Amino acid sequence: MRVDIKKETAIASGQRSAAGPVEATQLDRLDELESQSIFILREAFARLKRIAILWSLGKDSNVMIWLARKAFFGRVPCPAMHVDTGKKFPEMYAFRDRYAKEWQLDLLIEPCPPIDAIDPTLPPAARSAARKTEGLKLALAKHGFDGLVAGIRRDEEATRAKERVFSPRGAEGLWDVHDQPPEFWNHFNASPPPGAHLRVHPILHWTESDIWAYTKREGIPIIPLYLARDGKRYRSLGDADITFPVESNAGTIDEIIAELAATRIPERAGRAMDHESEDAFERLRKAGYL
Amino acid sequence: MNVQISSRQLHPVSPAGARALVRIVIVGHVDHGKSTLIGRLLHEVEGLPDGKLDALKAVSARRGMPFEWSFLLDALQTERDQGITIDTSQIRLRTPARDIVLIDAPGHAEFLRNMITGAAQADAAVLIVDATEGVRDQTRRHGYLLHLLGVRQVIVVINKMDRVAFDAGKFREIESEIAAHLAGLGLTPSAIIPISARNGDGVARHTSSTAWYRGPTVLAALDAFVPAHPPHDLATRLPVQAVYKFDDRRIIAGRVASGRIRVGDDVLIMPAGKPARIRSIEAWPERESSQTPRVAIAGQSVGITLDRDIFVERGDVVCASTSPAASARRLRARVFWLHQRPLAVGGHITVRIGTAESTAVVAAIEDAVDPGLLASDGAEVIAQNHVGEIELALSRPIAIDPYTADPISTTRAWPVSPVAPCARSSRSSARLPAPAAGSRGCAPSSPRTVRIWRSSPPKLSAD
Repeated sequence: MRVDIKKETAIASGQRSAAGPVEATQLDRLDELESQSIFILREAFARLKRIAILWSLGKDSNVMIWLARKAFFGRVPCPAMHVDTGKKFPEMYAFRDRYAKEWQLDLLIEPCPPIDAIDPTLPPAARSAARKTEGLKLALAKHGFDGLVAGIRRDEEATRAKERVFSPRGAEGLWDVHDQPPEFWNHFNASPPPGAHLRVHPILHWTESDIWAYTKREGIPIIPLYLARDGKRYRSLGDADITFPVESNAGTIDEIIAELAATRIPERAGRAMDHESEDAFERLRKAGYL
Repeated sequence: MNVQISSRQLHPVSPAGARALVRIVIVGHVDHGKSTLIGRLLHEVEGLPDGKLDALKAVSARRGMPFEWSFLLDALQTERDQGITIDTSQIRLRTPARDIVLIDAPGHAEFLRNMITGAAQADAAVLIVDATEGVRDQTRRHGYLLHLLGVRQVIVVINKMDRVAFDAGKFREIESEIAAHLAGLGLTPSAIIPISARNGDGVARHTSSTAWYRGPTVLAALDAFVPAHPPHDLATRLPVQAVYKFDDRRIIAGRVASGRIRVGDDVLIMPAGKPARIRSIEAWPERESSQTPRVAIAGQSVGITLDRDIFVERGDVVCASTSPAASARRLRARVFWLHQRPLAVGGHITVRIGTAESTAVVAAIEDAVDPGLLASDGAEVIAQNHVGEIELALSRPIAIDPYTADPISTTRAWPVSPVAPCARSSRSSARLPAPAAGSRGCAPSSPRTVRIWRSSPPKLSAD
């Protein structure tokens, strides 16, 4: 494990003098984000009865698992659940098996139902994505979780920007977006009605750039598909058949960060499910998607 | 959608934390132009991702409507169908001097709880007023809520000036009315700006239409806001979230709310007042002993161990022993009530302060007021969306600081969820019993919460 003085560096944003570092009065942005996420994770664990962290193996949920390890001093006290469509890139499965062991995670792998079981009125890519929603419902019923920790962020997509940190989902996993409970400061609603559950979103306030900067700072492992190969890379990783790479030559995390600062292409441009119709993603999310 | 760039001149990649990040909420009466202003601002700083403007134009065309900037954040189908914002949302943009998170808030009275959710996250606010309508009741209510939520940096924007032919007289009239109202709340706006959000006058640059106006543009005014930080110079407070015992260490976990925690500090654990000393600050990944952290500052999530074995639980507050929090079972508070059922004397509620929770009974109510009106209604109960001063008797002591000592710290804000009368049988539990699916009868499906503050020096009864 990297032993470093980044914490000291982070909090000593004052000048270093011959007498030693000056005590800082302000956290830098990544430390502030990290502290807020750790606070949220600890609240979820304290106030809900049985939670699971949804691990999609992408860069965001990897950061979330890392934050959970920090929040609970190396021992993640709840299961890491992979709701598996069976159509992820092979590199993702290898990543999952390796790090579940290395990080001593209590890994749950829950399969998704086949496409025939899914609402046929959805456009094709959205329909494929909706398998995950059904898989989630089955897993919830099987394990009796009252809270699911998910790594969505506001800046990914406009309906996600409407989310709460602790967001209730009704009996069928439905999101009643027109009647969300109020949420202010650090007080969260942690009482779902029976049969319902709460979604907890610890990295809701992080941006795509924050995720990469933190990944780099902490040395969090990532799936190599995010890095450019033959002039293309994946900015976002969904199912292999409905995710498309973008043009890029960013072969290192530093290059990704520089590329993000200059780009005007949205992060989910390569996710077919978002673009099939005006309301496709909203329909997915109201029905219980992430 | 990611909004990452500001102007044609690309900014060099800055390390995380180098640019000030300010969270700004846009509030005001329904249809006065909040969402349009946000869309316009993004357009002006070229913060829209590729293709977004065309996509929005296509959506408006498909719906047979004139182009709507508000579709940027009003992403829900119902919001677009009805042309209103239902819930708060956020979007980022970069200006020359700032990274800004713009928080949109609904203006409709029915969605006040969503406006509060948005505004509670803000460092600063933009209060928007329609020049043709002037100051309306939500304008006043939002102003009041900003003050109550501790948002102190405010600008006022008087919109739709194009509909009053950019008349300076009309502007001055509204300007003095809103300035007077805000002054009564203890708020002084740093600017009051005439604009047309739809056409762009006054948003990023002045046009000849407002040649009589001498102040900043909206963008310049936003650039002058500063971020709010947790108070590092107040007395140390660490509200306990949990105590973890994964191995031989008993680690007390929480987020430093104010001041700082240092290894070796003498502390008092309130409300019981137990003394102890900080033995260590725990970190993961673990480090060599020469590099373990020795201090944690306000805003930081930490784990600490003490030098002695005492019982500490969630809801306790670790305080500097030189100036600890008080312990109280009787509180006086100013509340903004969100629930449909009015709050009356004898009502049972749950009080949360920091991580502590207690049931309580309303012992007295004074000064119930509708902040949307200009005069007090002298009622004896606090109705929905009204404000009042109340006295509460708690069922257990709680660690607490007076509001006046620390107006913006999160430990002083106490949401309250009412326990509905039909649930009185389960009074022993602090949780709201769930209703049958689909029923919205006596127990609401989600607790209606309220902000409570101390408004004056606390009246504490001896415990």
